[in-house]
Amino acid sequence: MPGNVATETLQLNGAGGGADGGAPSGNGGQGSGPSGAASVPQRTYVTGMTIALAGILMFFAALVSAYVVRRGFPNSDWQALEVPRILWLNTLILLASSFALARSRRRLLAGDDDGFRHWWGVTAILGLFFLAGQLVAWRQLVVSGVYLATNPSSSFFYVFTGAHGLHLLGGIIGLLAVAFRPLLRLARSTAVDVVSMYWHFMDGLWLFLFVFLLVGS
Amino acid sequence: MSASAQVGAEAPKGFLRRYIFSTDHKVIGLQYLFLALVAVTLGIVLSLLMRFHLVWPAAHLPFVSGGIMTPEQYLALVTMHGTIMVFFVLTTAPQSAFGNYFLPIQIGAPDMAFPRLNMLSFWLTLAAFVCMVAAFMVPGGAPISGWTAYPPLSGLGDVTGPGEGIGQTMWIVSILLFCFGSLLGSINFISTTIDMRAPGLTLMRMPLTVWAWFVTAILSLLAFGVLLAGGILLFLDRSAGTSFFLPAGLVVNGELQVRAGGSPLLWQHLFWFFGHPEVYIAILPGMGVASHVLANFSRKPVFGYRAMVFALGAIGFLGFLVWGHHMFVSGMNPYSSLTFSVLTMSIGVPSAIKTFNWLGTLWGGKIQFHPPMLFAIGFVSFFVTGGLSGIFLAQPAVDTMLHATYYVVAHFHIVMGVAAIFGIFTAAYYWYPKMFGRMMDETLGKLHFWLTFAGSYCIFMPMHFVGIEGGVRRYADSSGATYLGALQPLHHFMTIAAFATAAAQLIFFYNFFWSLKRGRKAPANPWSATTLEWVTASPPPVDNFDGRFPSVYRGPYDYSVPGASQDFLPQNVPPEEGALANQEASNAR
Repeated sequence: MPGNVATETLQLNGAGGGADGGAPSGNGGQGSGPSGAASVPQRTYVTGMTIALAGILMFFAALVSAYVVRRGFPNSDWQALEVPRILWLNTLILLASSFALARSRRRLLAGDDDGFRHWWGVTAILGLFFLAGQLVAWRQLVVSGVYLATNPSSSFFYVFTGAHGLHLLGGIIGLLAVAFRPLLRLARSTAVDVVSMYWHFMDGLWLFLFVFLLVGS
Repeated sequence: MSASAQVGAEAPKGFLRRYIFSTDHKVIGLQYLFLALVAVTLGIVLSLLMRFHLVWPAAHLPFVSGGIMTPEQYLALVTMHGTIMVFFVLTTAPQSAFGNYFLPIQIGAPDMAFPRLNMLSFWLTLAAFVCMVAAFMVPGGAPISGWTAYPPLSGLGDVTGPGEGIGQTMWIVSILLFCFGSLLGSINFISTTIDMRAPGLTLMRMPLTVWAWFVTAILSLLAFGVLLAGGILLFLDRSAGTSFFLPAGLVVNGELQVRAGGSPLLWQHLFWFFGHPEVYIAILPGMGVASHVLANFSRKPVFGYRAMVFALGAIGFLGFLVWGHHMFVSGMNPYSSLTFSVLTMSIGVPSAIKTFNWLGTLWGGKIQFHPPMLFAIGFVSFFVTGGLSGIFLAQPAVDTMLHATYYVVAHFHIVMGVAAIFGIFTAAYYWYPKMFGRMMDETLGKLHFWLTFAGSYCIFMPMHFVGIEGGVRRYADSSGATYLGALQPLHHFMTIAAFATAAAQLIFFYNFFWSLKRGRKAPANPWSATTLEWVTASPPPVDNFDGRFPSVYRGPYDYSVPGASQDFLPQNVPPEEGALANQEASNAR
């Protein structure tokens, strides 16, 4: 549903150099997408993503604190979970994807569009490999008879990996959107920044969760 | 101004895009407002049914299957009344409805930062509401575990009672949807406040309403993610057989439950880590609106503006450190109780700062008793009354005795329910002319105020005494117990007061809908107010300012400035024109 929405076609006086010192829109012509001038300064998307990540952090902090509390019960029936080996490989793949993404952004800044697209694609593919690896880990657990409800340790394992996997899937959709879809109000550089923030955050979040899973096993 | 080239923006053509699937923050604000009006009507009806049952437990009710209400049906009313009021009225109306409508206008922006996200927030909230209400109509009916949904009652499915099957599942799904809607909404509110302010509108020039919505949005952002996590774990406990919150060895109705050592206390921690900030999500916008309106109708600047801002922030921050005071009787470590108790009482400090500053604002003012002013004063009254009983309850020794009694019901209804509702009424009467371009009837407004003010005290003051005498809350019928039977006359009185107060709300509804068509036409600035929503037309054009976006030169409450030619200076009046403000004001449409 590209752009017949009122707010997208509307312009603040600042874009034309308003006499009263410029309205909140600070993007000049940079943000003009296919649907006309942007009404929102590009930095707002970065602000929005920062805030969204704070919310996501609280969500995972709640899960992790539940995990810590649950594991700390005296005389509990907690049975240590053997973390599937493939998780180490998955972790390496996800780390590599972050490096690929950083490289892609540098290519974009250097004006090398092909290089940008190449490394951007590599990031998405590595992300897909990571998700496939996580599914393999789940499969291995299921084969050895460890299900969601088997033990608190396995419940938390599935919840952590599942919640993180869904978030990462969102990141992959973001990567693909930037690669294939015409952007409405975002300048491409902003879109790249925002998706990169999200992706690196998911990478770091995984390391954090992985450490907890290892400590718990 | 360069804006002359780009005058305003066209509203989208077609009824659907303009009024239903709109991305205009004003339309979305009104959608939230009408959702809250529907929800509050339903919530009031549920509470009246409860009050009726408490006094006439053996009465035959036409719409209750079997004629006489069962205790489980009463608990379903308790649950649904609480849930609908807390989420779909007290969270939805002050923040999502009025915040959505007025935050962008008050900061001089054309819309929220992310309009389509805004629309999505509303539709998620509406879906949540539909899902919640539908829980009445599924086999087993609505859940019976209260708005706090404590496990094990809420975690085991229909073995624990009617409504704990599909009804409770729908309750959780609804809450999860609501979490998503609120999280997206808070991202929008915060981004908009940070990045979309008019030139010259520094943080310390923002109206206190904007500050309140901003702090509230931060609370929503940090709190709803935790409820989301807890809700997902509870959902898994119910549907996937996990044991996050379910202990081993549970025997329910003679059946041993096959679960392993989870902890119901864990749910209480997760829930109240959200639940206490949620109380402030309900009340902070009311504080902002009350400050705003008190200054307007006292014709004085807000007393101690900076202190008000810092007190808002302090209340918001401390709100995250006190959730344990809901759990004094849960078997928590007494040392934790002590910590939570001290932190809770420390909230009295910023609350007192706010209260005294409200009084300081009134002091020596040329007070105009319009309906919004009356409701703002009423807000202060109920906030103080409810806040004081909160200090009693903050002490574990006192709370242990009072926790399961009507005293707690009275406390939170006054401070979170009635005070917040008075904040909503303040906003409704104050901004009605701006939203609909018509004035509400003053006489009806004053009548509505006095009946609601007196009625609310008549309902909830006696409730304290019932609680102190040991009247147990959540009992469907306490008339049989000898020591509680003596309290029945008080219950009679409260029930009659409840019906009378509910009837008084019909005045508001009549005034609201009558004035839409018949009210006197509202000028742009009927209250001679200073903030940016009053420099634009009533109702505001699609982009809020018709292309002429204001710059801000002064603080939000320049009332009765010495030397100025009139007793208010709108925020967009440049300093050198202060003296010519009369002319400026008549030029502003």
